Amino acid sequence: MAAAPQSKPADQSDEASGATIGTAIRNAAAAALVAFGLCFPIISYHAESNINNELILTGRWPLSFAIAAVVFLFVFFRQVSPPDYRIWFDRVGAVAAGGMGGALAESAAEGEGTAPPTKARTRFSQWFGPFALGFVILFPLIMLGLLGPNGSLKWINNYGVQILIYVMLGWGLNIVVGLAGLLDLGYVAFYAVGAYSYALLSTTLGLSFWICLPLAGLLAAMWGVILGFPVLRLRGDYLAIVTLAFGEIIRLVLINWVDFTNGYAGISSIPKVTFFGIPFNDEEDGFSAVFHLPFSPIYRTIFLFYLILALALFTNFVTMRLRRLPIGRAWEALREDEIACRSLGINTTNTKLTAFALGAMFGGFAGSFFSVRQGFVSPESFTFMESATILAIVVLGGMGSQLGVAIAAAVMIGAPELMRELDWMKRIFGEDFDPTQYRMLLFGAAMVVMMIWKPRGLVSTREPSIFLKERKSVSGDLVKEGHG
Amino acid sequence: MDNFLQQLINGVTLGSIYGLIAIGYTMVYGIIGMVNFAHGDVFMLSAFIALILFMILTQLLHVGSLPLAFVVVLIGAMALTALWNWSIERLAYRPLRGSFRLAPLISAIGMSIFLSNFVQVVQGPRNKPAPQLPNHVFKITDGSAGYSVTLSVRQILIVALTVVLLAAFWYLVKHTSLGRAQRACEQDRKMAALLGIDVDATISITFIIGAALAAVAGVMFVIYYGVVNFADGFVPGVKAFTAAVLGGIGSLPGAVLGGLLIGLIEVFWSSYFTTDYKDVAAFMILAITLIFMPSGILGRPEVEKV
Repeated sequence: MAAAPQSKPADQSDEASGATIGTAIRNAAAAALVAFGLCFPIISYHAESNINNELILTGRWPLSFAIAAVVFLFVFFRQVSPPDYRIWFDRVGAVAAGGMGGALAESAAEGEGTAPPTKARTRFSQWFGPFALGFVILFPLIMLGLLGPNGSLKWINNYGVQILIYVMLGWGLNIVVGLAGLLDLGYVAFYAVGAYSYALLSTTLGLSFWICLPLAGLLAAMWGVILGFPVLRLRGDYLAIVTLAFGEIIRLVLINWVDFTNGYAGISSIPKVTFFGIPFNDEEDGFSAVFHLPFSPIYRTIFLFYLILALALFTNFVTMRLRRLPIGRAWEALREDEIACRSLGINTTNTKLTAFALGAMFGGFAGSFFSVRQGFVSPESFTFMESATILAIVVLGGMGSQLGVAIAAAVMIGAPELMRELDWMKRIFGEDFDPTQYRMLLFGAAMVVMMIWKPRGLVSTREPSIFLKERKSVSGDLVKEGHG
Repeated sequence: MDNFLQQLINGVTLGSIYGLIAIGYTMVYGIIGMVNFAHGDVFMLSAFIALILFMILTQLLHVGSLPLAFVVVLIGAMALTALWNWSIERLAYRPLRGSFRLAPLISAIGMSIFLSNFVQVVQGPRNKPAPQLPNHVFKITDGSAGYSVTLSVRQILIVALTVVLLAAFWYLVKHTSLGRAQRACEQDRKMAALLGIDVDATISITFIIGAALAAVAGVMFVIYYGVVNFADGFVPGVKAFTAAVLGGIGSLPGAVLGGLLIGLIEVFWSSYFTTDYKDVAAFMILAITLIFMPSGILGRPEVEKV
């Protein structure tokens, strides 16, 4: 099969239209049986240990029967409905499985494909970027105006700052994966190096954030070169696994080297961010007093917001400029065909190393921002899950597309955060229902669903940096990515 | 010397578990060239299924005979885990066949996150202790070194079961038409399809077999460690993958050999150096193998075609 993206999940066998009621019932019954088999015994029984640490089983049969019944009805109606409507069943099913991420992916997928984009679409994508940037710049002020200093704190911090950290990490990793085509599953290692650099330098040597920030970037880039040098001749999946191993090694060293990093307990009381020397506190020389404002923690959050926004935009700016330089072109050429590059005299090792080191450097910047924001770092924050999340953001955004990565970060980080807001669901499902515990469950499902729908990511067109006669977007399918 | 012998026994037991999981990785990689990231979590799921099945048999059905319960749990866990892996392949990987090569990997990472959180949601985040089972221990030495080298029934059971299953599996791959179809798909999927092999079915069966072997490893894990947790899939999964790479990915005897080596290295490292860095040792070996010997011990070198 060619690289055409498939639009429908599974069950390709029933595509021949006009399934009769009989076959529909048979297929639905088979699907329900499978669903029931999957539920038994992992859902049908709940094992919980009692006071004596012995497991006690409690039956949950109604739940498994309900799941099987839902699957039966779903498959049955999907099969008997006319083929034109089937896509809606697939959409509903996928949204049910993938939550909001899936819904967003679907709305973005409307009318997009391998065909060249229409004029309206091109114009839309031309204006969307600046518009979104304007919105992001005004975001804290809008929230402040709408909700006041206390109400908006949560929104600016949990949504604004949190999403922007991942936008920055996504853009940093995009250099490695999207442009140079090197699959890196251990990116969080450089994030950790950056975070611990600031934490250790500021607590032991008392250096300020503005000195530590470039130092953290340099240290992370150095580690990028050290780790990258031996492994960059590996290809594709092997490179991915070695980078995963290095990511885990760095985390395990952070845990076990207690003298240096304080192990699991982490490093606390890291100096918090200051407004170029003016601390954000309620004292005489604090930010509020100096600027004659009533004291509120919101100012620090807003400052952090603009700080990470500036860092992220810096990452974007450097990436965009580098793409037009010989080195950036060499990255993309390397992604497309390594052998051709070597034949043309490009030093592949150095080219790959620069991509790796640059990506690592931005990871380091983001890391030192992370620790100045939290005031606390521990190895818990740098698990493989983080690497997977960042990679997922890059891939779902459409690798190589800066705008797509930013949208994907907003979806992947914002949607699970929004799940925390679903307290009203307790009224439907009872007090025991806790929507937050389904966050990661839906996150995983959304990753699968979005891959099946849009394997080329949310933004599936690419702007080549070199063109003949006129600038135009090409389909992402024409671009080779992540082959290492 | 006594310590060495004891660690050898422990290492072979642990290595058997890794080897069984590694086969699932190596087979899937061999046939569709994809690192099945969710395999470690399938293994964890099978351990949960086995534990609950055992509880059902002993608590609700009052089966008194332990060997009978063991056999039923083993077969039940193999069947149910196979059903899970079949469904996973069908829903998450098959629609992506023919897509670009990162797509199935991301899908598998998503599946891995989904599975571990699914188990956390339906079974709770706490450790699940397995019921205490009688475990006869044989003393091999007389205890002159201050302690006796021991070999438990569990360890014998784990190693013996692994050997039997591997023999059966070896026969399946080498001497049945199913195994032939599988090897054909591994070499050239398009050609195999042209010659009338149902490629989709063969891939499905690969996932089923991989899951069944992982389920055996899951049952052993519960018996050996006596406790299981929803997060227990990741580290054994990565180590089993390391084993598959060390042995040469795509090679079945290589997976078992790699599993034994990783098990032995881990146990000896913990015994002679420090337990803190035993996972670091396993990951370092993975990195070093890939850098200096990318095709592993028994794998064929990958030839790049222009």
